[in-house]
Amino acid sequence: MSRADPETEGTARTARPAADTGPVTEPAGAGRAPSPLRTLGLLRSELSTTFRRWRTLALLAVLAAVPVLVGIAVRIQTGDGQQSGRGGGGGPAFLTQVTHNGLFLVFTALAATLPFFLPLAVGVVAGDAVAGEANAGTLRYLLVAPAGRTRLLVVKYATTTAFCLVATLVVALSALAVGALLFPLGDLMTISGTRITFADGLGRALLIALAVAVSLTGLAALGLFVSTLTNSGVAAMATTVGLLITVQITDQLPQLHAIQPYLFPHYWLSFADLMRDPVYWDDLVKNLQLQALYAAVFGSAAWARFTTKDVTA
Amino acid sequence: MDEASAAEPDSARGTGDDVIRTRALTKRYRGGQLAVDGLDLTVPAGSVFGFLGPNGSGKTTTIRMLVGLIEPTSGTARVLGRPMPRSTRAVLPHVGALIEGPALYGFLSGRDNLLRLDAADPTADPRTRRTRAAAALDRVGLTAAAGKKAKAYSLGMKQRLGLAAALLRPRRLLVLDEPTNGLDPQGMREIRTLVRELAGDGTTVFLSSHLLDEIEQVCTHVAVMARGRLVTQGPVGTLAAGLRGRLVVTTPDAADAARVLKEQGVGDVAADGDRVTGDPPDRDLAELNTALVTAGVRVRGFGVERASLEDAFMALTGEGFDVAG
Repeated sequence: MSRADPETEGTARTARPAADTGPVTEPAGAGRAPSPLRTLGLLRSELSTTFRRWRTLALLAVLAAVPVLVGIAVRIQTGDGQQSGRGGGGGPAFLTQVTHNGLFLVFTALAATLPFFLPLAVGVVAGDAVAGEANAGTLRYLLVAPAGRTRLLVVKYATTTAFCLVATLVVALSALAVGALLFPLGDLMTISGTRITFADGLGRALLIALAVAVSLTGLAALGLFVSTLTNSGVAAMATTVGLLITVQITDQLPQLHAIQPYLFPHYWLSFADLMRDPVYWDDLVKNLQLQALYAAVFGSAAWARFTTKDVTA
Repeated sequence: MDEASAAEPDSARGTGDDVIRTRALTKRYRGGQLAVDGLDLTVPAGSVFGFLGPNGSGKTTTIRMLVGLIEPTSGTARVLGRPMPRSTRAVLPHVGALIEGPALYGFLSGRDNLLRLDAADPTADPRTRRTRAAAALDRVGLTAAAGKKAKAYSLGMKQRLGLAAALLRPRRLLVLDEPTNGLDPQGMREIRTLVRELAGDGTTVFLSSHLLDEIEQVCTHVAVMARGRLVTQGPVGTLAAGLRGRLVVTTPDAADAARVLKEQGVGDVAADGDRVTGDPPDRDLAELNTALVTAGVRVRGFGVERASLEDAFMALTGEGFDVAG
């Protein structure tokens, strides 16, 4: 059975004054372009959403655990009266120094986590950035809010970059704490053999952490691009991490020597040059340029993809 | 994005009165599937517009094109007088939407979910954010559960939270895709009441549903889709009125009743058990009843059954209200 009198009820409700229904004027309370501060609102929201995620915290916890393990291992080894003598390469060269100065644990931990643990964590966060929202369906609500596709993508990249920095600092600070706890601190020796003060060493440690964080930004852009290609967060994370491993292997094959300078991890260990005296900048700058190139190329690709994509999830 | 385009002159007769207007709107997905085919939809301001069709008929694709999530293959869509998806930044702050069910951050509380979505809107005032979120939660009856993590919400509560997000700011258009999905009868009633209230405030409501009675109960206008095409649209009354009601007499003397009704000029008389039906004549039906009683027919029931939207739908599409293939 249907309504008593649909005709009159229908027309009665239709005949609503249409006074305020002209074409859209600018939203009340906002100028033609909303204040840039309001974009910071989305960034803040994105940061707090990312860092409140259980998975992010778990990744950071794992990263914080690495220096603890390295520190304890070195301590036990030297406790046995043995000196670990693995030299060569950028990373392990620091290892022998750890027993003399806890600050070296910072360099050791960063060298140990940069090839795999750190980029893995970044790959997870970057890969999930857009695809995870699509997977959960929240992407459509953000876009309808309207977050704006370009704005959302920029905020996502900024947040991923922030994660690179936070993840690196977590490793560095954990290493510093463990180093201070288990080993003596004091003046230290650079790779070049000169002696610098502990304060100078701390400053260099901070610079190294920054260099490591910057090293990860190219991968972050790559992960973000992959993230715009799929509606599955897990697929995006797996692809990003898979690419990372493939590139890492490619970077080790002598036959592929010609393309290696263009692989994003190629200059990663250049951060050790910050421990030279004077600092050897060449590879550091090359690393910076390479990361900027990756960020530009994959950032543009992600933008081109995301701003034209049909959001069906 | 493209603010300049918004200034382009409206082509022809006062499109300003229409909150949604699409012309030949078409979407063909990459697989070649034609989801929406030449849609000409007109949603007048102030209406509660029912968008009806079986699952898979193209309703959600249409809605996604209207809010700029999907680019049409061809054709145009104007929302609040501006072209979509080009003017999303100007239009969408005035549009609240619930699309294909709610989607939440399970690890955030209901309140934090709303705050996040509000932060995503660059035109929303951060100073009133908490107040507006609290008001929206109150409006959908979620105040008590506001601090709970959203993953602990029932489907009905998630649906309500989705509605609350659509109500964070005063809107000129609400696009509600199956808003009563997953709700119990009490919840459905509350949503209908809410929709009526919002419409009473002057908000145009675009309500998609596959539930015919839901559309009949709240909508002033209706459009019917089937297999990607618009079958009809117009005020709800005219749609059902297009089909004439049926005179129904319930009686143990069906044969006699059928004879008397034919004598009285009732067309298309059919008897089925103790029900005799026919097209009602254009005169006082009371006389018809008198004639039946005088002829000794024992009448248990007598009246006109109005055609329902379901009848209308069947008549229009020539098919049942099933999932399109």
